[in-house]
Amino acid sequence: MELIVFLIAGALAIIGALGLILAKNPVHSALSLVMSLFAIAVLFLNQDAQFLAAVQVIVYAGAIVVLFLFVIMLLGVDQAEDLSIEPIAGQRPVAIAIGAAVLALSVAFVWISVDGGATGTESFIEAKSDSITTTDQSATAALPDDQTTGTESYPNVEQLGRSLFTDYVFAFEVTALLLTIAVVGAVMLGRKPKGELAPLPEIPGRRRPDDDPASEELEDA
Amino acid sequence: MQQLVELVWLVPLLPLLGFFILMFFGRRMGEPLAGWLATAAMGASFLASVIVFVGMVGLDGEDGSRTVEFKLFDWVVAGDFSVDIGLLADPLSVTMILFITGVATLIHLYSIGYMHGDPNFSKFFVYLNLFAFSMLMLVLGDNLLLTFLGWEGVGACSYFLISFWFTEEANASAGKKAFVTNRVGDFGFMLATFLAFFTYGSIEYGEMFTGEISHSAATAIALLVFVGAAGKSAQFPLYLWLPDAMAGPTPVSALIHAATMVTSGVYLLARINPILAEAHDWAPSLIAWVGLFTALFAASIAVAQDDIKKVLAYSTVSQLGFMVVAVGTGAYVAALFHMITHAFFKALMFLGSGSVIHGMHDDQDMKRYGGLAKLMPITAGTFIVGWLAIAGIPPFSGFWSKDEILVSIYANGDVFANKVLFVLLLVAALLTAFYMTRLVILTFFGAPRWRDEVTGEAFVESDEELPLRHPHESPWTMTLPLVVLAGAAAVAGVMNLPFAKSLHFLDHWLEPSFYFDGHSNVFHDLPSGGTKLILAVIATLCAVGGIVAAWKLYFDKRGGTGPEAPKFLAQGWGYDNAVSNFMGGPGEKGFDALADFDGKVVDGAVNSVGKLVALDGRFLRRIQNGLVRSYAVLIAVGAIGLMIYFLVVGA
Amino acid sequence: MELTSTWYLVLAAILFALGATGLLVRRNPLIMFMCVELMLNAVNLTFVTFGRELNDIGGEISVFFVLVVAAAEVVVGLAIIVAIMRRRQEATADDLSVLRG
Repeated sequence: MELIVFLIAGALAIIGALGLILAKNPVHSALSLVMSLFAIAVLFLNQDAQFLAAVQVIVYAGAIVVLFLFVIMLLGVDQAEDLSIEPIAGQRPVAIAIGAAVLALSVAFVWISVDGGATGTESFIEAKSDSITTTDQSATAALPDDQTTGTESYPNVEQLGRSLFTDYVFAFEVTALLLTIAVVGAVMLGRKPKGELAPLPEIPGRRRPDDDPASEELEDA
Repeated sequence: MQQLVELVWLVPLLPLLGFFILMFFGRRMGEPLAGWLATAAMGASFLASVIVFVGMVGLDGEDGSRTVEFKLFDWVVAGDFSVDIGLLADPLSVTMILFITGVATLIHLYSIGYMHGDPNFSKFFVYLNLFAFSMLMLVLGDNLLLTFLGWEGVGACSYFLISFWFTEEANASAGKKAFVTNRVGDFGFMLATFLAFFTYGSIEYGEMFTGEISHSAATAIALLVFVGAAGKSAQFPLYLWLPDAMAGPTPVSALIHAATMVTSGVYLLARINPILAEAHDWAPSLIAWVGLFTALFAASIAVAQDDIKKVLAYSTVSQLGFMVVAVGTGAYVAALFHMITHAFFKALMFLGSGSVIHGMHDDQDMKRYGGLAKLMPITAGTFIVGWLAIAGIPPFSGFWSKDEILVSIYANGDVFANKVLFVLLLVAALLTAFYMTRLVILTFFGAPRWRDEVTGEAFVESDEELPLRHPHESPWTMTLPLVVLAGAAAVAGVMNLPFAKSLHFLDHWLEPSFYFDGHSNVFHDLPSGGTKLILAVIATLCAVGGIVAAWKLYFDKRGGTGPEAPKFLAQGWGYDNAVSNFMGGPGEKGFDALADFDGKVVDGAVNSVGKLVALDGRFLRRIQNGLVRSYAVLIAVGAIGLMIYFLVVGA
Repeated sequence: MELTSTWYLVLAAILFALGATGLLVRRNPLIMFMCVELMLNAVNLTFVTFGRELNDIGGEISVFFVLVVAAAEVVVGLAIIVAIMRRRQEATADDLSVLRG
């Protein structure tokens, strides 16, 4: 069962990723990203990280990508990017080579660290299959109590909460601070500029469509 | 008694104080107060030396404990290498400071009269006191570095004093020549110091002389020190500067180039006698032969000189050659004995010549002297005492000291070809007597080859116009030192009479400095009474022979100046010219080439490093093209590199 | 066929590589940003996988923080892009090369 879920979600994730990088229209890319994120949320569920799956959907798919779409619509950058030309010489082949290299190395790491290595990998199947069935039963309210993560079988949320507010409470507070700073920064950056703006320097030899001065009227998002 | 010896620090301090006071207030003090202050400082230093001497005599001399080391403070402390300002008061250095301060005091007194009327009167005494301080530090230093300090100091003061009247180009050049030639010798000294530190681990005399080193290292050190000594003590080939140095005022010639600075080379060789003892046998022999060559060479040139001071200069070089021969053959006591007597009679003669020059309107050409004995009686009388001393006529001091050297050479079986050395040195002694007699005759006797300024009458017939002169005796400030020095030159022989072992005062006194257990090449076994007497008679006969020959050639009541000497002798066998031509010609080309090398290769290497960096920068600048995506590529490449590293190494 | 954690890790690696390639290829800054988000998600997946495998809740905690920081980063990044893109609408990442050396 888990295997099937994994295969489907994995395929969807990869398709979404491909769509993200290959789509000409940015709106299409954003939607592909959403598909990918949902698939990853399902994979989280598959691994008994229910809280994270929920948070993933709410925060990532529900807030971040929406923000992306806002900006896309706001700035009117939904014109298609011309993918046939590449201004920087040799960028495409290098990029593909890098991607392949990263993939190969990551797989090599995985190979060494998991199969070769320190921790045993069996015995998850039973636990997973157990947790899948129980998760199905107790979808929302009651605490599922058959988690085999940790020596005691706590529900996922409770474990997360315990660890977060005892071991990592300082980091937790700091992230709150971080969010505040981010908001302040965004407000500052989004203000309307005063006075004349100097034009962006040209790349020689690049053809440009006409400048659209309509952006001046747009307010903060 | 030890406390008296520990007053040795006063000895260099007093001239130093004089130097500082005169440097700041000299011009205001003016003539003659500045001169009296400087003389007082030197006199006080002499008194301090006497006190130290008395204290040392009172010390127990059984086990050589007459040596007192007096540390003032630490000077250089750098890891293993530490040097302190320390004074070593042992019989050798105390002997030196006695005669240095004594002669210097007399010369300071003389200078008051001689420099009368000179606009830079006080500056002269500033330099003289500084010189005295440097010389005393040279002698009293307890390590090679302190000695080197004094060494350089006397070299610098020599430069200042020789070119005292620097507005004349010749004087300035002479000063430069002295300094540069000394520098060549200093190079040897410095190398010796480095080598000493390298082999002994220390440059302090006490520690060096109790250390063990190989024969080769000792030879190297000894010969390098000899290079330095050859520079200071004007041995061939570094003697060039001494005749030219006569351009300085006569008191300078007397003090520096007769009595003190030029003896510092011989002193240093005597000081490091344990190292000389450790060296291979051919090293001291080499030293002796160089000294002999110098003695003969300079004596031959002195015969042909017309300038009175040049004769005395070459005579100094020759006598220093005698001392170096003595050092080379292990007769250290004889060398020091001769050094002391030479200081007396040579300073005396220089001062006397200054008196003559003073009276003859600064004319130094002996061809225009003559008949001065009656007109300058004190000068003439004292000069004659000096003449007899240097010629080696008993009972004057020069006879005893020269004879000691000759006898030591003859009897020392260790020295290679010692008999040959003896004979050649005898020839040099004969020449000494010859040219000094010539000087005395041409200056003081014979007919006057000048015209009386007052009456205008001439005493001899001559084709050319004779100069007008009014020779007169000098003031008491100049004649008193002459008289004192004459007395010293006459009786100084009693220091080390050879008649009986008990009369060998100097020998016994200097014993602790020269006889070390096992490390000694000192020769002090003089032959039996009979041999000594015969050798003494031979030496005296040579001296008398020289005097008679010169008398016959040069004494002329009708104003002749005797036979003209061969030109090549007068020009110093062409050596000086050869050196000048070499330095001006190929030498200069070589120096220019070196300078070019420094500029192009050494500087070029440094500059090209900078250029290389700039080149790399220009090349690498192209990476920074401002495009985010290429930066991203670089980041990714870096990350891949890290991943490969961790994969391979296995963090 | 057993579903070991290797599969998850390989999937995450694939997603990461795709995101990296996309980042290097695309010129539109917003799409580049989204590729970064994809990479972050791949890393999140890896964290969760390892967290489960090692029986450590720290994996999920890390995901939590990555999520928060990613959110903050997106906020600020988009604000910057808005500030720049106001000037010219078709501007791409290549136009912002003022800092060339």
